[in-house]
Amino acid sequence: MDRRLALIACFVFGLLMFAQYFSRHPLARSVNLAILEYWQIIFAFTLLVGVASFFRNSLSAMRNRGERPYRMVGLAGLIAMPVLAIIWGIRADTPFMWMFENVQAPMQSTVFALLAFFVASASYRGFRARSLQAAILLGAAAIILLSRSQLGGAFSDVVTPVADWIRNYPSMSARRAILIGIGLGSLTTSLRVILGIERTWLGGKQ
Amino acid sequence: MDISTIVAGLLTMAILSFLYRDNPVYKMAESLLIGVSIGYTLVIVWTTTIVDLMILPLFAEGKLGLIIPLILGLLMFSRFHPKTASLSKLPIAVMIGSGAGVAIPVMLEARTLKQISATVNPLVSASGTPDIAALVVLIGVLCTLSYFYFSREHTGLFGQTAKFGTWFLMLFFGTTFGYTVMSRMSTLIGRMEFLLSDFLHLVD
Repeated sequence: MDRRLALIACFVFGLLMFAQYFSRHPLARSVNLAILEYWQIIFAFTLLVGVASFFRNSLSAMRNRGERPYRMVGLAGLIAMPVLAIIWGIRADTPFMWMFENVQAPMQSTVFALLAFFVASASYRGFRARSLQAAILLGAAAIILLSRSQLGGAFSDVVTPVADWIRNYPSMSARRAILIGIGLGSLTTSLRVILGIERTWLGGKQ
Repeated sequence: MDISTIVAGLLTMAILSFLYRDNPVYKMAESLLIGVSIGYTLVIVWTTTIVDLMILPLFAEGKLGLIIPLILGLLMFSRFHPKTASLSKLPIAVMIGSGAGVAIPVMLEARTLKQISATVNPLVSASGTPDIAALVVLIGVLCTLSYFYFSREHTGLFGQTAKFGTWFLMLFFGTTFGYTVMSRMSTLIGRMEFLLSDFLHLVD
């Protein structure tokens, strides 16, 4: 397909969505809602493409004998969920939800919790107050950890207000500056995309 | 002990076995998690988006306009063949373009203007006492922004301001780190409680 057609489509849809912000007319609102709905549907199809791609990659990786059992388990999980949903539905107390509550959720939260160990070991190795900046980072982290743990209970009258003040004022100010930066960056990138200056999303040579 | 607790407990231990080292039991559990997660997302997206937003309104209510996203969505599958792969650029263009169009006012309002208006507050109250907190926030935002301003060399007074901005950034990173550790720790405590109490019955 001609790259120009994609760029024109990007420009038209971008302008349409941007322009509707300046109008309270019901037609503008309905066009906005329709495009947002289209967006969700196309996004769902991209997920289907991703699933198909995962399926294809897993099947090709199964040629490797060492990888085969893991890939088979992955595919079994992937196939099981839609099959359970088709047979028994997706309401509460169905096998589909049982799989979610007793297979997916416990493993997901354990993977999340597992990172506590790695964060602790990485910070033990990496946290050294070699400079003023590093000392500030270390101090802020220590105060927050103390204020939110049982350990800090003994002197929570002092630590908790200090932690709250750090979070609400100096830390918030840096967060605000970062958000302003993100906002301005997103704004310029969006404009560059709509105007066709930024074309990396098209892939291939520019 | 019911089968649900046994399955959840064994899978939790399989994931935790990674703390010893990367092993086949962990890899098996990891693969199962990936497969089940994708399967779950697939079912939820299929039901809430493809069926509820497209199939039912299109075929039951006759909303013919929905043929457009259906065609665009199907064009995404053209990626699987090299000869037709470029057709998938059209639905991507629609998504990228409309996403960018929505992002401009949203980012300007929520990320930039609201943050600026929350920063610019009176520095002296009606009674004449200075508002230290408002001053800290204002100085913090200005110094941090100056650190991210790369169109001018960070030397002299501007360099000192930018350097002062890094102190605020470090405070932000420190607090974020602290809260991240605490959230992971609370999840870990939850999993340990489940393992030791519900699964292994070692503690009440």
